[in-house]
Amino acid sequence: MELFEQLKEKSLTNWFKLNSSKWVRIGGGTSGQAMGSYKLYNKSKELIQNNFTDVNLSMVSAIGLMYLEPIVDITMPDGTRVYYGNVTLDEIEKILKQHLTKNKPIIERAFAANEKAANMWGIQNINDMPNISRQKKIATRNFGVTDPLDINHYIARGGYSALSSAIFEKSPEFIVDEVKNSGLRGRGGAAFPAGVKWSFLAPSKEPIKYVLCNCEEGDPGAFNDKGIIENDPHTLVEGLILNGYATNSSNGYIFIRQGHEIPINAAKKAISDAYELGLLGKNILGSEFSFDMEVSLTGDSYVAGEETALMEAIEGKRSTPRYKPPFPAAQGLWKKPTNINNVKTLSYVPEIVRKGSEWFKSIGTETTSGTAIVCLSGHIKYPGMYEIPMGMTIREVLDYIGGGISEGKSIKVLQAGGPLNGLLGEEAFDTMIDFDAMSAAGASIGSGGIIVGNEKTNIVDLLRNLIAFNQFESCGKCFPCRLGNTHMLEILDRMCQNQSNSNDLNLIQRIGSSMKSGSLCGHGQLGYNPILSALKYFRTEIESAVNGKINLTGVNGDGKMILPTRTRP
Amino acid sequence: MPENSNLLEKIKHSLESQEQPTVTILSSLLSIQDNLHYIPSEGISETAKFCGKSTNEVWSVASFYTNFRFTPPGDNVVDVCWGPTCHLLGAQIIIDNLQKTLEIDGEGESKDGKITLKYNTCLGACAQAPCIAIDHYIHGKQDKNTANKIINEIRNK
Repeated sequence: MELFEQLKEKSLTNWFKLNSSKWVRIGGGTSGQAMGSYKLYNKSKELIQNNFTDVNLSMVSAIGLMYLEPIVDITMPDGTRVYYGNVTLDEIEKILKQHLTKNKPIIERAFAANEKAANMWGIQNINDMPNISRQKKIATRNFGVTDPLDINHYIARGGYSALSSAIFEKSPEFIVDEVKNSGLRGRGGAAFPAGVKWSFLAPSKEPIKYVLCNCEEGDPGAFNDKGIIENDPHTLVEGLILNGYATNSSNGYIFIRQGHEIPINAAKKAISDAYELGLLGKNILGSEFSFDMEVSLTGDSYVAGEETALMEAIEGKRSTPRYKPPFPAAQGLWKKPTNINNVKTLSYVPEIVRKGSEWFKSIGTETTSGTAIVCLSGHIKYPGMYEIPMGMTIREVLDYIGGGISEGKSIKVLQAGGPLNGLLGEEAFDTMIDFDAMSAAGASIGSGGIIVGNEKTNIVDLLRNLIAFNQFESCGKCFPCRLGNTHMLEILDRMCQNQSNSNDLNLIQRIGSSMKSGSLCGHGQLGYNPILSALKYFRTEIESAVNGKINLTGVNGDGKMILPTRTRP
Repeated sequence: MPENSNLLEKIKHSLESQEQPTVTILSSLLSIQDNLHYIPSEGISETAKFCGKSTNEVWSVASFYTNFRFTPPGDNVVDVCWGPTCHLLGAQIIIDNLQKTLEIDGEGESKDGKITLKYNTCLGACAQAPCIAIDHYIHGKQDKNTANKIINEIRNK
């Protein structure tokens, strides 16, 4: 306990010093990289080194407003903070020099400011932006604020205090009960109550037990798991250690797909820094509790995100699902008792432990407490990553958070929750975002990805894209999934090329129902969902495609689609 | 054969230099591909020896994960995303154009062998779609012209 207080004091001293200095923050992350934020950082570093002696520069986490990337924000000793969006390499010198030497922002280039700077210069207050003010930040509380690779920033913002108070003042059973009582449900898609899951693992007396964090996140359109890891890895690391403490487990794994260098490096750095400060390893912070953690990388395989397939992958095998029972809590990784949670689920845990389960329960809806971390992309004005309270309607998310459709057209279709979940049409836009309301509408929050399609979107073409993904990613273990997806893709491809016939609709429905009943895991069981939901909302359009009346042009190509088509050997 | 022994050396180094505590067939193959950019057949047999498994078991893993390749790639690997967001925003046109520029059908190496084109199911930067990545470094908001420009730049380097 004392050890931690010392750590905290040191971090706070540095944090206050930094906040009262001239501080330039540039948002990083994968999305930032895609818009050149790392190049901008390097150029800023050079400029600051050559011109200033009193300016701090940090590559910080992405604030989530991805349409404004790269984002540069400048804090001055007088307490003003100003944000610049879409900053180019050509203008960075001018912005830094004017702002830092004259203490005056380039007002017309700023998109927002904190209250003080907003009043001073008539810039929009960042908290008045609807896509900021309507968020409720819990798992993403440090986004845009801290350097994700600096553990001291995390500690200064209250990080690891939940862990310290848990291991010195609270019993493991208390933590399990708190998580149970908070109503936290699994954010990986299945929505199973996390505390209940933990209570399956906790009683086992095995000396080696595993807690796993799933960041396979192969869902196209979802980037919030990788987003949390790259933008605030310690909130996950702390959550996983708390998971370990609550269930008396010995080892934790963070499971990430190879190739995503930014989140992988952030996770590795966070773990090694936590070891260095005694927050991981033997006798954490001088207590009786010991816990080890490492990053486990997987090759490219979507099904590796299924819980038992994930265990196969950590063991180094082909990531195909196992038969259940035995369930993971009895026999999981290397036949030891195991628990597995999604990144988002675990990232709420430090704040639940710190602020109490009643606080968490007060946010969200009756059946789904807390927030949803949504990733907006496609034909939407303000694509990005936003944490919103459960219970907001889809339309509110589209209008207030997403700013409505881009280029003035209307929204026709949403693909929510990844390619194993449904398409939603206009009638469903007043659905509340919570697990039960969404599944009643034929979709799921699932991964949190919401892909927006405008009025020009061709539903059959979009379905072909989704089913092509499901076909490509079938692990091949169960033949209804392996062959069913292939057949469905053939049918959709026929429809897109005007070679369909009236039997096809019937055929595709029959394939879908055999996949559902004949597959071991969600990939096959849910693979037909996009088509099923599309038949609910866009039946006429699909029927006309069956009747050879499809017309694909523009971004949809000429009806042909360039795709990998194969099944795994 | 010095070249071959050099390759063996690199494979052995890849296997032995793994830093994480848990070492498996999969982690070993990932390490080899990280260093060599492909898995040579010696990589399979060495991994089998290193992990105490049969080559058959190693092949079963290597053939399953779609990131593994068994021939050397070009100097640069270009991933083009065909996920649904990128698809809605014109990925097909970008892919089609890059294939024309590189004179290839499907995935594979350009005629001059310098560039490998790969399809990617999602690069994880959907807010900046459509995306391509050069050696894992992502470029957002692409169209056929900007993507072609990037390719030509790396090609002429």
